[in-house]
Amino acid sequence: MSTDAVKTSLPVLTAKDFASDQEIRWCPRCGDYSILAQMKKVLPTLGIPRENFVFVSGIGCSSRFPYYMNTYGFHGIHGRAPAIASGVKVSRPELQVWVITGDGDALSIGGNHLMHMLRRNMGLKVVLFNNRIYGLTKGQYSPTSPVGKITYSTPVGSIDNPLSPLCYAIGSEATFVARSVDVDIKHLTFVLERAAHHEGTAFVEVYQDCNIFNHEAFLYASDKTIKADHILYLEHGKPLVFGKDVKKGIRLNGMHPEIVEVGKGINEDDLLFHDEKASEPSLAFLLSRMRHPEFPEPMGIFRDVAAPIYDQRVTEQIDAEIKKKGPGDFDALYNSGDTWTVE
Amino acid sequence: MSSTEAVAAQPHPDKKLEQVESVVIRFCGDSGDGMQLVGGLFTNVSAVFGNDVSTLPDFPAEIRAPVGTLAGVSGFQLHFSSHDIFTPGDEVDTLVAMNPAALKTNLGDLRRGGTLIVNEDEFDKGNLQKAGYATNPLESDEVISKYTIHRVPMTRLNRDAVAGLGLSQKEVDRSRNIFALGLVYWLYDRDSKPTVQFLNDKFKKKPDVLEANLRALRAGSNYGFSTEAFTTHYQVPRARLAPGTYRKIAGNEATAWGLVTAAKLAGKSLFYAGYPITPASDILHQLSNMKNFGVKTFQAEDEIAAMSAVCGAAFAGNIAVTASSGPGICLKGEAMGLGFMTELPMIIIDVQRGGPSTGLPTKTEQSDLLLAMFGRNGDSPLPILAASGPGDCFTLVQEAVRIAVEFMTPVIFLTDGYIANGAEPWRIPKFSDLAPISVVHPHGAASPGQFATEENGHASNGNGEGEPEFLPYKRNEKMARPWAIPGTPGLEHRIGGLEKADVTGNVDYSPHNHHKMVMNRCNKVAGIANYIPLQEVEGPPKGKLLVLSWGGTFGAVRTAVENCIAQGKSVAHAHLRYMNPFPRNLGEIVKNYEKVLIPELNTGQLRLLIRAKYLVDAQGHNKIQGKPFLVHELVRKIDETLEG
Ligand SMILES: Cc1ncc(C[n+]2csc(CCOP(=O)(O)OP(=O)(O)O)c2C)c(N)n1
Ligand code: SF4
Ligand SMILES: [Mg+2]
Repeated sequence: MSTDAVKTSLPVLTAKDFASDQEIRWCPRCGDYSILAQMKKVLPTLGIPRENFVFVSGIGCSSRFPYYMNTYGFHGIHGRAPAIASGVKVSRPELQVWVITGDGDALSIGGNHLMHMLRRNMGLKVVLFNNRIYGLTKGQYSPTSPVGKITYSTPVGSIDNPLSPLCYAIGSEATFVARSVDVDIKHLTFVLERAAHHEGTAFVEVYQDCNIFNHEAFLYASDKTIKADHILYLEHGKPLVFGKDVKKGIRLNGMHPEIVEVGKGINEDDLLFHDEKASEPSLAFLLSRMRHPEFPEPMGIFRDVAAPIYDQRVTEQIDAEIKKKGPGDFDALYNSGDTWTVE
Repeated sequence: MSSTEAVAAQPHPDKKLEQVESVVIRFCGDSGDGMQLVGGLFTNVSAVFGNDVSTLPDFPAEIRAPVGTLAGVSGFQLHFSSHDIFTPGDEVDTLVAMNPAALKTNLGDLRRGGTLIVNEDEFDKGNLQKAGYATNPLESDEVISKYTIHRVPMTRLNRDAVAGLGLSQKEVDRSRNIFALGLVYWLYDRDSKPTVQFLNDKFKKKPDVLEANLRALRAGSNYGFSTEAFTTHYQVPRARLAPGTYRKIAGNEATAWGLVTAAKLAGKSLFYAGYPITPASDILHQLSNMKNFGVKTFQAEDEIAAMSAVCGAAFAGNIAVTASSGPGICLKGEAMGLGFMTELPMIIIDVQRGGPSTGLPTKTEQSDLLLAMFGRNGDSPLPILAASGPGDCFTLVQEAVRIAVEFMTPVIFLTDGYIANGAEPWRIPKFSDLAPISVVHPHGAASPGQFATEENGHASNGNGEGEPEFLPYKRNEKMARPWAIPGTPGLEHRIGGLEKADVTGNVDYSPHNHHKMVMNRCNKVAGIANYIPLQEVEGPPKGKLLVLSWGGTFGAVRTAVENCIAQGKSVAHAHLRYMNPFPRNLGEIVKNYEKVLIPELNTGQLRLLIRAKYLVDAQGHNKIQGKPFLVHELVRKIDETLEG
């Protein structure tokens, strides 16, 4: 290959290069638009040729996402995106594969696949659009809807105990776990970028507004006038502080977090410090259990640790077996074991 | 004689050596008695000697049912012959029963006058009771008058032979099966060399156990040689098989090898995803052990995941395969529909077992044909191929891969528990003689002059003007769409389960487009009939009766029809391997006979299809017992049908 070819083989891409020609069919002011826009900004920064991206999704409003990206895309079936993506990734580890899923898609019908995809730690990037509702089927409650939620299928209030996607991910041995908010553009871009760079499976929950069926479910986390008191930005190696004047912090009281005022005899050293690299996920789990309104909800990278990567191990085992047994010889295979000849 | 030497067949001055054409022998005992092992070893020595062989392993669904009970009986039947055979045999000539429960469940299959060899030591009160015998059947007049009984105190004789090696009683008794094997080796004049070799390899690291097994083998053989009760032993001469080098092969093994072979012939990588289930698991095991062939195996969390992963791997450009049995195929249904809708090549193998639901996990049946035909929502026909025997799995699964990649469609490959576990001699092919499978991926923009859109499409109009555009649902002469894979520059495109516009593949719900796309997909699959061989018929091209069969019943049906033809009856046999679409001459064939008889191991699934498609009044012969057909029951049915 000539050096010219090398130079020209990686053209500089822009967000526009990742936009498909398909008309976007989300409702006006749906939070999905912002996530799409940030994704298009992040991908050109990764230095990966466009043809090596694959977006895989399940079914739901959120899962229409691949149609709007000018990459390879597979709009799958409800809940199965993790499994479809696993097939893509194991068979072609060199591809960067993103999984786009919703709270119902990932945690209800696809809960089993999500768990196994996470524990295997393939190099997949998962973005879960959490709107705490079934959008596409027009507004039934989801596994993340709070108790008491009134929907078409829960006219007198939901009695299902909801679950936190991040608790689930951490319990499933995810090696990268993060959270952001659809309209928090800079932060979302930062989180997606970090996810893209993580070598194993990266799991990102995005609080997403469903403008039609669950509008303002995350107002506390997105409204600029109030969010400072309700969310907390995680920074590796830094104390957990939040609040308008950054005067509030999280301190550990035995095994329990508590909110304290910084100053008044409590200084930063008394606070809980974030460590996204902790090999044990206890801290990440504790953070994932902090819920509104009792606590500020953490945003950012909860956990980012290195672990063996499934698709790489698959290739390694193949290489090792070839080394040990020699490359497969078909005639030798057919003739292995007891044979006899008829003249 | 040193213990590593084979037992040489010595002539005995007082014992007759008779020639017989073929023999059916069955070993049965407790599932812990090693019956499958000795059955396999006997098969091997017979095959290596040059007999034609056909086997029927039969084991309980419970791994270890209580010892000595009827539920725990495991059996292995072997038919070995000096001529071509297609079945493991109807009636048993020699039954080896290691305990009363085994005798009880198997004696009914021993032919009148057959040889019964029992381990007499196990016929104590407790075991008789467990088997539900009030009195010892070995002493019943009926049994004594019907069969030639050899009451052999195997447990004691074996303990004597193996004494002094410092093994525990349990370890000693474990070689009883080898003692029994030695005895029947003598009875059928078998050369034990391959077995000795096998034992040497197996117990390389346990010299005591090796010595015990070799002594047991010899003791069993010597017992036959020296005991007066055995006056005659038998020889089954070599079969006149077509020249070539042979080995024994079981269906699942052949399927696995066929898949790896097909991927190589297509120049592609093989991706296999599966979730363990009887009787399909062996395919997963086999392929997992072939990593040096570049095979990637993925044990998924369930069948839904396995099928979904296969869709992903097919999109990514691999030869993607999954296998399961009925319950798992049900779970795969939705994702198979996705594979059909996205028109990606992939193979779904159903090793059929007794259903419905969990049914008879270890027994055979042909009751998933309609599931394969119709088990998905919407109009979603898939090509279906059904192997006719263990060796055919190797050949036909390659054909399945060829159809999948040529027509861009999932293909269902049906086998069953009987051919998956059963073994037969297989003439070993040369890899270089196998037909290559052609796969074409469109090139992308990075290969100047080869941009797929040159032959594919342009955005603004159909005149080859405007921006080049890739058209993922533009079809070729076989109505297949292009298989453009990730990593190809310029061909980025999206697929999915939603209805798509003809040619462009964009999401499209418009009425006429949907009608057209449904027809396109159906016509594509129907059109495969133009690219598969015509159906062959054995016997007269016109006549009184056509026997039409499919899948794993080939051997029994072919044998039955051949017998009838030999008796001058007007019967022909057509055996289907292409189940959807049917060969294009099948409609004509079924109308060339006054009657059509369709024997099936189900309630009449093929019959339903044949009646619906060709409007013929086909009759059925249906057996749903978890067991293959017997030749004589088919002959009887053919006679009845001819007379009726
Ligand atoms: C097998 C199956 N069951 C049910 C549905 C109907 N369905 C489609 S999307 C959906 C829920 C989507 O909710 P979520 O995953 O939260 O996505 P959102 O629309 O909120 O983005 C359901 C129940 C389906 N498509 N397939
Ligand atoms: S229903 Fe809700 S989630 Fe779906 S597109 Fe509309 S706003 Fe977005
Ligand atoms: Mg939702």
